[in-house]
Amino acid sequence: MIKDKNIGTVETEYFTFARHPDEMILGSGKKLGPVTIAYETYGRLDKDKSNAILVVHALSGDAHAAGFHKGDKKPGWWDNMIGPGKAFDTEKYFIICSNVIGGCSGSTGPSSSDPERGRPYGLDFPIITISDMVNAQRFLIDHLGIEKLLCVVGGSMGGMQVLQWAASYPDRVISAVPIATAVKHSPQQIAFNEVGRQAVMSDPAWRGGDYYGSGKPERGLAIARMIGHITYMSDESMEEKFSRKLKNGSYNFSFLPEFEVEGYLHYRGDNFVKRFDANSYLYITKAIDYFDLSPGEKLIPEDKEVNINFLVIAFKSDWLYPSYQSREIVRFLKTRNIDVTYCEINSTYGHDAFLLESKEETRLLKHFLNKICSGIKNER
Amino acid sequence: MKDNNIRLDHKIIFKIIEPGSSVLDLGCAGGELLDLLVKGKKIKARGIELKEEDIYRCVEKGLSVFHGDIEGGLGEYPDNSFDYVILNQSMQETKKVEFVLQESLRVGRKVIIGFPNFAYIRSRFDLFFKGKAPVTYSLPYSWYESPNIHFLSIKDFDNYCREKKIDVLKKYYLGKSTAVRFFPNLLAINAIFVIGKSQVST
Repeated sequence: MIKDKNIGTVETEYFTFARHPDEMILGSGKKLGPVTIAYETYGRLDKDKSNAILVVHALSGDAHAAGFHKGDKKPGWWDNMIGPGKAFDTEKYFIICSNVIGGCSGSTGPSSSDPERGRPYGLDFPIITISDMVNAQRFLIDHLGIEKLLCVVGGSMGGMQVLQWAASYPDRVISAVPIATAVKHSPQQIAFNEVGRQAVMSDPAWRGGDYYGSGKPERGLAIARMIGHITYMSDESMEEKFSRKLKNGSYNFSFLPEFEVEGYLHYRGDNFVKRFDANSYLYITKAIDYFDLSPGEKLIPEDKEVNINFLVIAFKSDWLYPSYQSREIVRFLKTRNIDVTYCEINSTYGHDAFLLESKEETRLLKHFLNKICSGIKNER
Repeated sequence: MKDNNIRLDHKIIFKIIEPGSSVLDLGCAGGELLDLLVKGKKIKARGIELKEEDIYRCVEKGLSVFHGDIEGGLGEYPDNSFDYVILNQSMQETKKVEFVLQESLRVGRKVIIGFPNFAYIRSRFDLFFKGKAPVTYSLPYSWYESPNIHFLSIKDFDNYCREKKIDVLKKYYLGKSTAVRFFPNLLAINAIFVIGKSQVST
């Protein structure tokens, strides 16, 4: 693998659609518009627009998947997978990544200005679903003039969007790679999300979601993020990373954070509130909880001939999205005789593995995409 | 097929399978046989394999494979999804042999089974004269490292098929590099059976 090769400086772009009177109709029946989508692209779209790969992000992700923003020291969230010679080779493919609607990194969400009232939506923002996120992405794909996506790929909530793409637009997807995800959110997963939401909403600064003029509910959101990070790691990875190590070498005999694991969670929580909107956290986790494409008929309708090639990836130590949920996806696909490859990567990183196990993922994705490309050539 | 390095059992299975067939290989390892069949017979290939490293090797060959054990991976396929289900050198390693055979016959029109012959003369010799668990070309493992949990002879499998009213469509007996013509239960190290559901013939 080529190391240290990246795509250099990138910029976020914006696309606005669904202006009055053509607002987007959401799953809830409510209307939303105008809608802006923040997106980035890497690589070059070929002449017949057949090399486009849509990368979809997880709960706290954004459009900045690879390369560097001007002046930044940290690259995009999936830079280890996207770039010249990498799994998503920017010399071959045209990669698109957009911020989901409901988010807070450039796409329309609860912190955006409500055109009717001239101030942030707050809780007046309509509830959105994974399907709404995907519908918005379809507008972007249309705008870019792409008829068929070579591949839609993402982990966790990104994986749900991948499945939703297959369900909503089977004719516009050639291959799909759902990673560390589920066909429906389980009660345990909903429970963790609800605790996170309650942490946000019980912060007095949240003020019923109307805090944009006052001050952010930082404590609540930080606690939500701390819970999240526990679920993203595994017992083993926490032992390896922190063990029982103390920040100062000995007990304080106080309630100040003294274990390294405590320090880590606080650090993660505090950093998160700097870049993430608390209301977006509520809306996006709710969208995840509503996600349910089971039984398989919703994923692949019985009366439809679906020709999507699937690569389903799970991780052994992921207890937030356990591998049985990925196998459930595979099971649905097999009953429909859909071409699917499944691999459970032996990782100790827990749910975080989908961002970290780039070597194994690259091995699978590179060849999988090669196969998809040669399949297209053979058809011609 | 020009390559002389191709294993004899793979050569025989290659000859059995008609071009354009759909094939499910249970315990497909690194996908060598499926790859051969895709290139030479343009089959629609699927595999099930337990070892993670083998999954990568299969994906590198462009194959579609399921990472998991055979028992757990068979269930979801609709009846008669495949022209052939292959169980080459993997049946003797599965815990629930009968379940796997039934399921293979359900999802496949025909099933190709390759297994080492425990009644091969050298095995008999090891056991009878040396008083040792046999270690032969097709049963190369010492007792403590063998993945095999079922030991059977050609006669055993013949009897089994008769008892269960499974149609035996074809039998091949293998030596190290050539076919065995006489006294297969004594002289063959491996056997390949092509079987089908009993109702196929009735």
